[in-house]
Amino acid sequence: MMRVNLVLLTVLIACALSLVTSRHQARKLFIDLEHEVAQTRAYDVEYGQLQIEQSTWAMPARVERVAREQLRMQLPTPDRVEMLDEGTR
Amino acid sequence: MRATASTPLRLPPLRAPLIFGGLLVLLVVLVVRSLYLQRFDHDFLQEQGSSRYSRAIEVPAHRGRIVDRYGEPLAISTPVKAIWAWPDKVEATPGEMKALADALEMPAASLSQKLASGGDFVYLKRPVAPDVADRIAALRIAGVHDETEYWRYYPSGEVMSQILGFTGDHDIGQEGMELAQQSWLGGRPGTRRVIINRRGDVVEDVASIRAPQEGRDLALAVDSRLQYLAFRELRAAVEANKAKAGALIMLDVKTGEILALANWPAYNPNSRTRAARDRMRNRALTDTFEPGSTLKPFTIAAALESGRVTPTSIVDTSPGTLTIGSATIHDAHREGVLTVEQVIQKSSNVGAAKIALSLPASAMWQTLSDSGFGAPPRTGFPGEVGGRLRPAKSWKPIEQATIAYGHGVSVNLVQLARAYTVFATDGELKPVSLLKLDGPVAGRPAIAPETAREVRRMLEMVVGPGGTAPKAQVAGYRVAGKTGTAHKLEGRAYTDKYVSSFVGFAPVSNPRLIVAVMIDEPSAGQYYGGSIAAPVFSAVMGTALRMLGVPTDAPVSNVVLPPDSAEIGEET
Repeated sequence: MMRVNLVLLTVLIACALSLVTSRHQARKLFIDLEHEVAQTRAYDVEYGQLQIEQSTWAMPARVERVAREQLRMQLPTPDRVEMLDEGTR
Repeated sequence: MRATASTPLRLPPLRAPLIFGGLLVLLVVLVVRSLYLQRFDHDFLQEQGSSRYSRAIEVPAHRGRIVDRYGEPLAISTPVKAIWAWPDKVEATPGEMKALADALEMPAASLSQKLASGGDFVYLKRPVAPDVADRIAALRIAGVHDETEYWRYYPSGEVMSQILGFTGDHDIGQEGMELAQQSWLGGRPGTRRVIINRRGDVVEDVASIRAPQEGRDLALAVDSRLQYLAFRELRAAVEANKAKAGALIMLDVKTGEILALANWPAYNPNSRTRAARDRMRNRALTDTFEPGSTLKPFTIAAALESGRVTPTSIVDTSPGTLTIGSATIHDAHREGVLTVEQVIQKSSNVGAAKIALSLPASAMWQTLSDSGFGAPPRTGFPGEVGGRLRPAKSWKPIEQATIAYGHGVSVNLVQLARAYTVFATDGELKPVSLLKLDGPVAGRPAIAPETAREVRRMLEMVVGPGGTAPKAQVAGYRVAGKTGTAHKLEGRAYTDKYVSSFVGFAPVSNPRLIVAVMIDEPSAGQYYGGSIAAPVFSAVMGTALRMLGVPTDAPVSNVVLPPDSAEIGEET
């Protein structure tokens, strides 16, 4: 009887210790998760800022100015445009 | 010492009971206190305890983006910092003040002026980039704080200012679509209860008190390239004609989507110094004007529907005036005998009035009402108006005659453009939408398909030889449309100020786009719709059709402009 009790006591202590460690592990992992979530949020913010930047650079007014002034492009006049109708020409 | 050693210990008789009693009292006090704490102070203590390890933290949710029909961002929220201070509590050495002024990129003098301005709360600068805010926090100046807030950016600036509107404090919509779609766009931050450790890291989620609700993205029907095109051309025309204002709208004929809606004057929504209310108004939706001749096609449609006239019926407009009671209607040019088609082509007021007077008022009212006049176009835009179309029963003959050529009724530009879907399709009035739709929508039949086709042919004659708007022609495409030049009503009298307009669609063989242009008070000499609004229509329509890759339906040499000296006949 005494021996059984001792065995059970050992098992109990082992269980208790593993509970403590797994709890600790869980908290550590949770902290990591929180950091990752915060990181995601930061990336979201950065993505938004990059979108603003991108669309500021791509504003039609600016594209037009660069095309006309720096690249010396111009709109083709209608008589220089050929319309293709589903490959019939 | 000797006495105590020699004599037996004699305690005072009451000492033991006293001590016993004292200890007992102390015990009772302790028990009562602990019972009291457990029972009455329980909640307070529990709260104190949990405040040591548990926190309710805010889960931020940001406002949804507004994008155009191809997903180009038009409005984005991003977190920024605001730097604020309690002026009385600011303690800083001159060196720290200078460092603060440098970080804020403002002169030290204006910084100290802000701090001396009194009051217990003052914003030093907003918005501030997060890294600048971190530098300021590192200075550790007492009384200077920062807070995170969301700031809305509009990359398209003034080009879309009136459609989008803007947001105010806490990123809540104040104007335009930002206001109309507040509940869709707005995010609601949530809160959750967590357990934190000694270092302040969150180690466990306890419960979610309120789930955050992220704002949703909103896709508008607007095409940002077409919008820019429309804005650029409109602005150039308003400035060239020294006009007070102008508006332009482009509709997709198949779906009724608003592809472009430009206004000038405009304002920059990114600037927090607010522009005058006048610049914020979306004139195309919130202002009405008397449409003038652009309403004539509806009069003719009503007449064709009644079966009383055909496109080739004869109307005698000589001598160019028509007197009804005490009022006289004038034509700007004497046209003599015209066919019904030519009444539209030459835009004869007398002709339109005579045709209208041959109709029952109720028939004319019905056609106008079926074409969407007198009721708001229901775009969901804040402040949208419906214009005025009085019930037919109250019409006097003179009113019926003036309504025939667009005076005595008022419309907004979106409504007018929408009404032309009746002629661009086979008689269907399409609903209009500011939001992106998935495909064609069914309209409501307003006039017979045959009538729509006949009026469409007349509208094509307007831009042809002998019409009032040769400047509306587009190389490579057949276009149809109608000019309008209306005297402005101020108080109860008509003035010598004008509203010039043009509404048209193209390509006529299979209409894709409707463009309506309105220029308010042109004052550089010209004021006819055919010379002010029609060129804007032509430039916008031509470029838009080519951008969209719409197949041409005419040779590119189709544009026949009369010599400049030739007179372009145009009526009010």
